[in-house]
Amino acid sequence: MNKPLRRIAIFCGVLILALLVRTNYLQYVRADELNSRDENRRVRIERYAHERGNIIVDGNPVTGSVETKDSDFKYKRVWKNGPMWAPVTGYSSQAFDANFLEKLEDGILTGNDDQLFFNRTLSMFTGEKKQGGNVVTTLNAAAQKAAFKGLGDKKGAVAALDPQTGAILALVSTPSYDPSTFAGNSTADSKAWEKLSKDKNKPMLNRALRETYPPGSTFKVVTAAAALENGLYTSIDEHTKSPLPYRLPLTTGNLENEGNIPCENASLREALRWSCNTVFGKISDDLGNQKMIDQANKFGFNKDVFTPVRADASVYPKDNRPQNAMAGIGQASNRATPLQMAMVAAAVANDGKLMQPYMVAERKAPNLDVIYTHEKEQLSQPLSGENAQKLQQMMETVVKNGTGTNALINGVTVGGKTGTAQHGLNNSEKPYAWFISYAKTDKGSPVAVAVVVEDGQANRDDISGGGLAAPIAKAVMKAVIDSKK
Amino acid sequence: MSVVTNTTTIGAIDAPSRRNTELMMMVFAVAISVFAYANVGLAMDGKLPSGMFGYGAGLILLGGVAHLVVRKFAPYADPLLLPLATLLNGLGLVLIWRLDQSPRLIQRAEVLYGAYSPDAPKQLLYSAIGVAFFVAVLVILKDHRILQRYTYISMVAALILLILPMFFPAVNGAKIWISLGPFSIQPGEFAKILIAVFFSGYLMVKRDALALASRRFMGLYLPRGRDLGPIITIWALSILILVFETDLGTSLLFFGLFVVMLYVATERTSWIVFGLLMSAVGAVGVASFEPHVQSRVNAWLDPFSKATMAQSDQIAQSLMSFGSGGTLGTGLGQGHSDLIMFAANADFILSTVGEELGLAGMMAVLLIYGLIVERGVRTALAARDPFGKLLAIGLSGAFAIQVFVVAGGVMGLIPLSGMTMPFLAYGGSSVLANWALIAILIRISDTARRPAPAPAPSSDAEMTQVVRP
Repeated sequence: MNKPLRRIAIFCGVLILALLVRTNYLQYVRADELNSRDENRRVRIERYAHERGNIIVDGNPVTGSVETKDSDFKYKRVWKNGPMWAPVTGYSSQAFDANFLEKLEDGILTGNDDQLFFNRTLSMFTGEKKQGGNVVTTLNAAAQKAAFKGLGDKKGAVAALDPQTGAILALVSTPSYDPSTFAGNSTADSKAWEKLSKDKNKPMLNRALRETYPPGSTFKVVTAAAALENGLYTSIDEHTKSPLPYRLPLTTGNLENEGNIPCENASLREALRWSCNTVFGKISDDLGNQKMIDQANKFGFNKDVFTPVRADASVYPKDNRPQNAMAGIGQASNRATPLQMAMVAAAVANDGKLMQPYMVAERKAPNLDVIYTHEKEQLSQPLSGENAQKLQQMMETVVKNGTGTNALINGVTVGGKTGTAQHGLNNSEKPYAWFISYAKTDKGSPVAVAVVVEDGQANRDDISGGGLAAPIAKAVMKAVIDSKK
Repeated sequence: MSVVTNTTTIGAIDAPSRRNTELMMMVFAVAISVFAYANVGLAMDGKLPSGMFGYGAGLILLGGVAHLVVRKFAPYADPLLLPLATLLNGLGLVLIWRLDQSPRLIQRAEVLYGAYSPDAPKQLLYSAIGVAFFVAVLVILKDHRILQRYTYISMVAALILLILPMFFPAVNGAKIWISLGPFSIQPGEFAKILIAVFFSGYLMVKRDALALASRRFMGLYLPRGRDLGPIITIWALSILILVFETDLGTSLLFFGLFVVMLYVATERTSWIVFGLLMSAVGAVGVASFEPHVQSRVNAWLDPFSKATMAQSDQIAQSLMSFGSGGTLGTGLGQGHSDLIMFAANADFILSTVGEELGLAGMMAVLLIYGLIVERGVRTALAARDPFGKLLAIGLSGAFAIQVFVVAGGVMGLIPLSGMTMPFLAYGGSSVLANWALIAILIRISDTARRPAPAPAPSSDAEMTQVVRP
């Protein structure tokens, strides 16, 4: 009976071997995949096992941690002025995961990031309590506050950039929410979460990054840039040979202006000052769809933007002639995020150089060593310095004596563009009020801003970019300039 | 056994008894367990656990008694079996005690049962009873061949044990329990030994008939119809277990055990082919209409699917436990294997090994099981009587299959079944039955390794001597 016995021995050996191979496969080959699964609660347990690091604005943390009695999660995240900072920090909830900076910078905030390996090893030997690192943002608390206050209970968003570096100075979305209300793991937290998720006003939507609007007349800045860059016009004061009324190509309908404004053969400067649809619709048609797409792409359209929080791609579409003409004045299927329009204003203000927008300036180890510093990075050059300066003159005319006078600041050069974007079928819904602008001091341009107000409680006829959005932009720019003094 | 080989553990006439080797290994096994106990305490509370001396003393006492009994009653027994079993039992106690400290499990118990009571002290009690079983078997069973007399009694007892759970309510979907007042036992664990005894006795008598009276067909020796009777009976029984008790593991274990023993007894490959065919037919047949089995298979195929997670996330949790352990593990007491919640310290105790001791610990534990099986197979090879051979291979084969089925189940290699990891997992029946199993193996190995009596002096010896000038 020994021969079959030996075979059985081999069989048993194979069984054990299969188990050995399987455990190697699970614990070595698949370990990372299993560890990073969403179903793996350990990720969250680890996230709240220690005091989480903080997100810092202007040297002060806007976040904190409090100890809880929950058996799984030792600490709970809290926010200072949550609704105001939520579009930047995002939330970090024991029950509902995390998003935005709280999620993207989780490794630093929990102290588990590979960049902190040395730090961690060191504290293992010294026996220190494990701590998270800090994330230092580029935001300007005064500007954020001005934007948040300016929007008030209106629905809308503000994005402000430092044109010279791309640093994000303000990022506000209203109505907002307080992430502290559902940071824990209790039934109250679930109820708060459910209420927010079901809210028709979508308070958890980050309108500055994740909502695309028709940019309306603010897009005329891009169209003007395309005209200058493609040599359609060389001077901003020459006549444009545009008829009034202007018939949309291949259609029987006319492209109308808002009100009775002097648009026939108007120069670029005058056309932007009065916001002439006829002039810019014709420019867009004259240049054609491809050139318009190219120019929009140089400003960052048709691509996600990572700040590192992802901003949705703005869209300048491939389209037929009449639609392309409409897209040239920011209508039809042309859509842009507030951040995108702030990038447009910033590129113009920065003499044509578009900088990569970013909101994380530094990452700090728990012992406050800086382990990462953002290096400013040019994204593209949408227009030449010369043309950028021409465009600046045009935008400054808009604010000085055009539709944007509400954004004037004493002693500061301000350039801007208003927009009132129609939306809804046959323009049935209340239009969006837009304003994009930049401010210039003798030290260059410290701020560019884009404001969108979805539908003020104002009467339909009162809604205009100049009336609703420009004062908010002004407040933000003023806050930035004042804080630099 | 016509050819003399060196693979048996039968030594020369003056074979060393290896009792001192065993003692050293026992000291090692106990020391490792006590060290692990201290480790858990330090990791979870930052201080040496208060029960450490009690626990250490208990383990030393159990190990010492077991060793002394082997020294006295089975002096030539295999020196590795007892230390390996002690090490697993000791580690199991540590792991159970570690899971006792889990706030998550305490909270769960309080919610479900209104009260929480730790399992480790109970397991220590079971271990003591298990060692008492071990001692009793060694003391009472002077020679394993006595068991041969109880061939049919074993069969009847095994059948009763296997059928009884059908009359008791299902616990968590499987009818594998008999509850008597406060006690509940898993009869399958004991039936495993009884069935091995029955097969050994039955096959030893019938093996020639089964092996030789057969027709050749397509290169296979087909058994006669009347010889197929017992195999079909066992097959039907394991299918019945599967259907009425929805116990995948036990039915797999019994059928596997039977095929292994039949093959060893008859030396005919055709029995294996038959066995595999019949188990395939049975498995597919049952799986096609038994929802409990179906859900197990689905959970195995896609443990992270929404449907599976909604029903039970045990497999997924177990896999993530293994993943989180990685190569070196989180360290005892520092993992989150308690996220498995239900049966974390029983069927799923291996996940805790995987998470807290890591790949290294898993390999070590699996190799310990492998070594026990290997010593068992060696005992079978060394045994001088066919009954002993069959019984030893049956017991070690059953042990190997059980380890494979349970470990493969929690690691997602095969569908999950409700059996326990021998010695490691919490559970009285399991500990008792496996200590008895080890005792029988030790008894067989003692008989096998016992020096043969010195040959009677031959009066012719001197006369046939070649004398060279």
